Amino acid sequence: MTMKVLVPVKRVVDYNVKVRVAADGSGVETQGVKMSMNPFDEIAIEEAVRLREKGAATEVVAVSIGVQASQDTLRTALAMGADRAILIRTNETLEPLAVAGLLKIIVEREAPGLVCMGKQAIDDDMNATGQILAAKLGWPQGTFASAVTIADGRAEIAREIDGGTEVISLALPAVVTADLRLNEPRYASLPNIMKARKKPLETLDAADLGVDLAPRLTIVSVAEPAERKEGVKLNSAAELVEKLKTEAKVI
Amino acid sequence: MTALVLLEIEHGEVRQASRSAVAAASRFGDVDVIVLGEGAEAAARLPGVRNVLSAASLTHDLAEPAAALLAAHASEYSHVVAAASAGGKNILPRLAGLLDVQPIPEVVEIKDENTFVRPIYAGNALATVRSSDTIKVLTIRGSSFDPVSKEGGSATIQTLNAPATEDSSRFVRVELSKSDRPELESARVVVSGGKGMKDAEHFKLLEPLADKLGAAIGASRAAVDSGFAPNEMQVGQTGKIVAPELYIALGLSGAIQHLAGMKDSRVIVAINMDPEAPIFRVADYGIVGDLFTILPELEKAL
Repeated sequence: MTMKVLVPVKRVVDYNVKVRVAADGSGVETQGVKMSMNPFDEIAIEEAVRLREKGAATEVVAVSIGVQASQDTLRTALAMGADRAILIRTNETLEPLAVAGLLKIIVEREAPGLVCMGKQAIDDDMNATGQILAAKLGWPQGTFASAVTIADGRAEIAREIDGGTEVISLALPAVVTADLRLNEPRYASLPNIMKARKKPLETLDAADLGVDLAPRLTIVSVAEPAERKEGVKLNSAAELVEKLKTEAKVI
Repeated sequence: MTALVLLEIEHGEVRQASRSAVAAASRFGDVDVIVLGEGAEAAARLPGVRNVLSAASLTHDLAEPAAALLAAHASEYSHVVAAASAGGKNILPRLAGLLDVQPIPEVVEIKDENTFVRPIYAGNALATVRSSDTIKVLTIRGSSFDPVSKEGGSATIQTLNAPATEDSSRFVRVELSKSDRPELESARVVVSGGKGMKDAEHFKLLEPLADKLGAAIGASRAAVDSGFAPNEMQVGQTGKIVAPELYIALGLSGAIQHLAGMKDSRVIVAINMDPEAPIFRVADYGIVGDLFTILPELEKAL
C-alpha cells in the first residue's frame, strides 16, 4: 500500500518577533523582519515524516503558497525529511478560502491519502484553512490533533477540545490539523540541509490554476491595541492584597 | 436580517461563551439558535432568541454532520455565528467552506453588519475587516461581549431532521478533566502558573489560593509542556483567551504568545523572580521575589 501525505506550510513572521503596525495603518511591518516556517506547520511536517518512518506513509510532499522566498520554507521542510516540494507562487496575500481553493487543485493532482497541516498560522490567526479544504474536498477532518494513528484505511485522531481530549476515527483520505502537543519537531541537521538542496522543488503560478483568489475581506485598517497603563511594583503580599481590595476593588 | 447562532450546551446549560455569541448576534437583528443534541429547552429560555432549531439526534459534535446541517439552513440567514471555542472553530470554517465564503474568526468588535474587528499576530495588532460575502460566518471571542442571561426568554422549539451521519467520521470517546472550579474562559478570577512553579507537585500549591479567590487555574505553554498542568489549562494565542477581572500570574515570564491570551484582563498581577520578565510590562501590580515565599503570605493576607 502506498500513501502520500501532503503538508501545506506557510512562511510567516518569526514567532519571536514583536511586530509593529505600519504607520499608515495598512498592515504590519514585514520589511527586514525575520521570517520562518509557521510553528504549527513544523509539527505537521514532523508528523508526516514520522508516519513515513513508521511505514504508514510512503511519500511526504510539502506545498507552500506565497512569494518566491517561500521556497526557503519549503527547503526547511525538505531538510526535515519531506521528499519533494511544490511552490505555488503569488505576490498577493491570500485568505484561507483562496488558499484552500489552490490546495484543492494540488490534492486532486497528487491524490494524497492524508493532508496534514498546522491548526493555525501565527500571522493571521485564522484557524480555518484545514476545515475549509476538508469541506471543499468532501473529506472528514481531524482538527487540533494531539495524536494520529493510521490503521486499516482509517485515522484515529486524539483532539484537544475545551474540557479535555476527544478521540475520533476518520476514513481516509482525510484532513488533519496539528496542535502543539502532537510532537516535538526535529531540527534539520547540516547534512540534511545540504541534501535538501538537491530534492525536487516544482514551481507553479497561482494565477494559472483557475482559482478565484479575490479577497472577500477588505482590510479597512490595522491598529495597535490600546496600551495598558504603567503598573507599580509592590514589596509584599500584604500590600498587594490591600491594593486589590481598596484601589483595584477586585477582591 | 436574521442571525443563526450555533450553541454549545454543557451540563444541561448553555455555555457562557455561547451566550456571548447570542449577545453579539443580536446586533444583526432577530436571532435563531441551533442546538446539536440535548439542550433545546435551556436554549429556549435565553432572552432575545426567536426560534430554537433542535437537532437532538446529533449526539456528538462531529464537524461533518454539524456543518452540513448548518449549510442546509444558512441561506435563510445573513450571519451564522458561534463562540470561538474549540467546537466553534472546528465547525464554522467547515461551514464557510461548504458555502464558499471566507470565515471571520475571533471577532472582538462589531462595527456594523459587514465590518468586524479581530486580533492578528497574537493580539499585537487589531485588524478591521469588511466582508463582501452574502452570508457572514463568524466566531466571536466570548470575553469581548457580555453574555445574555440564562433566563427570561421563551422561544419556540422547532425539531430538525439531522442528516444521516456518514461513516467517514466516527466518535470514539471523550476524556474530560473533572473540576469543580469555574470554567477558565468565564472565571472572574484566574490564577496562572508558569515554568517557575518548578514541577507538577509545586503547581498544586496554586489550588489553595484559587480556592480562596473562587478562581480558575490557568497555565503557560511552558508549564503545560513540562507536564505541570493539562493542555486545556493553557492560556495564550493557541490555548484559551481569557479576560477576567483579576489575573494573577505566578512564575510566568509572559511570552508574546501567553500575553495574547490574557492581556485584556482588567487587573493583572505578576509575581516573578526576574524583574526583567515581560509579564511586568502588562502587570498593574508586580512583586519581584520568590513565589514560594510570597504564595503562603498571599494566602494568609486574604
